[in-house]
Amino acid sequence: MSAFQGTSNYIASNELQLAVNAAITLERPLLIKGEPGTGKTMLAEELAASLGVELIPWHIKSTTKAQQGLYEYDAVSRLRDSQLGDEKVNDIGNYIIKGKLWHAFTSDHRPVLLIDEIDKADIEFPNDLLLELDKMEFFVYETQEKIVAKQRPIIIITSNNEKELPDAFLRRCFFHYIRFPEKAEMQAIVDVHFPKIKQKLLDEALALFFDLRDVPGLKKKPSTSELIDWLKLLLAEDISPEVLHETRQKKVIPPLHGALLKNEQDVHLFEKLAFMHRGQR
Amino acid sequence: MLIDFFCKVRDYKIPCTLRELLDLIRALERGVVFASIDDFYSLSRTILVKDEAHFDKFDRAFADYFSGVASLELDLSEIPQDWLKKHFEKQLSAEEKAKIKALGGLDKLMETLAERLKEQEKRHQGGNKWIGTGGTSPFGAYGYNPEGIRIGQDGSRHRRATKVWDKRQFKNLDANVEIGTRNLKVALRKLRQFARTGSSDELALDETIAATARNAGYLDIKMKPERHNAIKVLMFFDIGGSMDDHIKVCEQLFSAIHGEFKHLEFFYFHNCLYENVWRDNNRRHNEKIDLLQVLHTYSRDYKVIFIGDATMGPYEITYPGGSVEHWNEEAGNVWMKRLTDHFDKVIWLNPQNEAQWPYYASIKIMQGLVDNKMYPLTLAGLGQGIKALI
Repeated sequence: MSAFQGTSNYIASNELQLAVNAAITLERPLLIKGEPGTGKTMLAEELAASLGVELIPWHIKSTTKAQQGLYEYDAVSRLRDSQLGDEKVNDIGNYIIKGKLWHAFTSDHRPVLLIDEIDKADIEFPNDLLLELDKMEFFVYETQEKIVAKQRPIIIITSNNEKELPDAFLRRCFFHYIRFPEKAEMQAIVDVHFPKIKQKLLDEALALFFDLRDVPGLKKKPSTSELIDWLKLLLAEDISPEVLHETRQKKVIPPLHGALLKNEQDVHLFEKLAFMHRGQR
Repeated sequence: MLIDFFCKVRDYKIPCTLRELLDLIRALERGVVFASIDDFYSLSRTILVKDEAHFDKFDRAFADYFSGVASLELDLSEIPQDWLKKHFEKQLSAEEKAKIKALGGLDKLMETLAERLKEQEKRHQGGNKWIGTGGTSPFGAYGYNPEGIRIGQDGSRHRRATKVWDKRQFKNLDANVEIGTRNLKVALRKLRQFARTGSSDELALDETIAATARNAGYLDIKMKPERHNAIKVLMFFDIGGSMDDHIKVCEQLFSAIHGEFKHLEFFYFHNCLYENVWRDNNRRHNEKIDLLQVLHTYSRDYKVIFIGDATMGPYEITYPGGSVEHWNEEAGNVWMKRLTDHFDKVIWLNPQNEAQWPYYASIKIMQGLVDNKMYPLTLAGLGQGIKALI
């Protein structure tokens, strides 16, 4: 399997590439953390695309149980079928619903399994998956069947740090923290999304964006995905670089700020700052 | 191989185990990285460190370890060239050897290395003791493996040695920094997690009945997440003097998640707990609350958190009349004991630097009174404290 080097629309830092390749080579799950909007989930999608394999996403919610990833036994349907006298009822296998891990284990080609936002689940969730991730096998009690992975899937796990993950689980993963990109990296990221953007507009927009990130006291700093949305809008509205330049000089609130500032208080704060700035002049 | 490095990382209190060391070795064996100390840094961090809170510590450990290796001084004239070469070769896998060949062969490489090291010798005067220990220890040899090849690869990289790990970009994420506005958010998350403990699914009776009816009488069970969390908290703040700043941060912290707890009450005391506490610090002399009343009002399943520096004269805890503010009939430890007897879970968060604790007799006494459940007021301490409360 060739090494992952990012794709035509996903820029991966050297460190990230290395982490991904180490995880692929050593067949370990890779835990990805980072600010929201820095492309954690996208990594799995792009990785699957670049390797040309199937992506099996498993999005975790607060009510998700580890068992659901393996299989579920649909006892209620079976009960109903038994009351209806359906023949199906005799084979319990008809009521075993395969979960995402099962799919990943039995896939013909080594797939990418994305366990998205694992921190949203119950505290015990990661612990319940220890053995399955380690040995890549599990046992279906209802049918007395052992499911063993044909090949170990590439597992990408993302977390937003809302809950701490148990040590035993962490020990089994590799870990990468996606740092907020610096200006040069940012430029590269924007370039892959908007190959035709005018350099001048981009310079002004990036400068404004990083200024905005530096404003102390913002509740939610805009991140990469917000920048990309904003640029899209700027292009759609055909805002000229001069307007952006002026905005920056006068420190007024940027045009189409709704894409960057997602929080009423942040907009207020920015308006206040702009007002103060005008007062000084 | 790499054992010294691993020990160094552990010395810096980064939780990592043998399992990760083996992973790292396997990764090197498989040639995931080759011939670049920067890549080695990234790889070892990916494998050994599992939390960005430890990145800063790792950076320091790495710098500490590799500054030793980077400044390694060799007098190549004193070492038989053959031995060095053989030893060097032993460390390399077949694949690596092939790559070296591509770079102009090991001889060429060693030549450059020798030159480079001679240059270094001019700058650093000193003995060659490193070769004695470093040379024979396999890791020492490993040390100049990336070092040497790096030189062969690209001369300018040498200057780039303002390494990533020296920048310490992850300083703000360190968990042992005192809680302040900077890391308030992370602390909040921790507390929220604490507040939500105990929520689980429960049977939604009404929906089950409705769904079953719609289902022509066949049972259709509906579950719903438990709406309320069960955690009830009493907080006691030591107020007055040096503590005020810390108290303010803590108050903000806890009132920010006020809604998440089933019940949260604040009380204030000064230095040590006596027969009275108060709710509003401005009216502390008029509106005292009898501690006994507090004990009778709140049931034992309330979690109690003390926040204070516990730094005072030991007699303030142990003697009747020891209080600096008033005449107390019974000693502070009697009241503390009454409280800890009543409530199941009591912890004490202390903003004092943990390293200083042994120097204060009063802290030791207080630690005993709260059954050693005293934690520093840092993110890590808060985490441990919460664990002890659940």
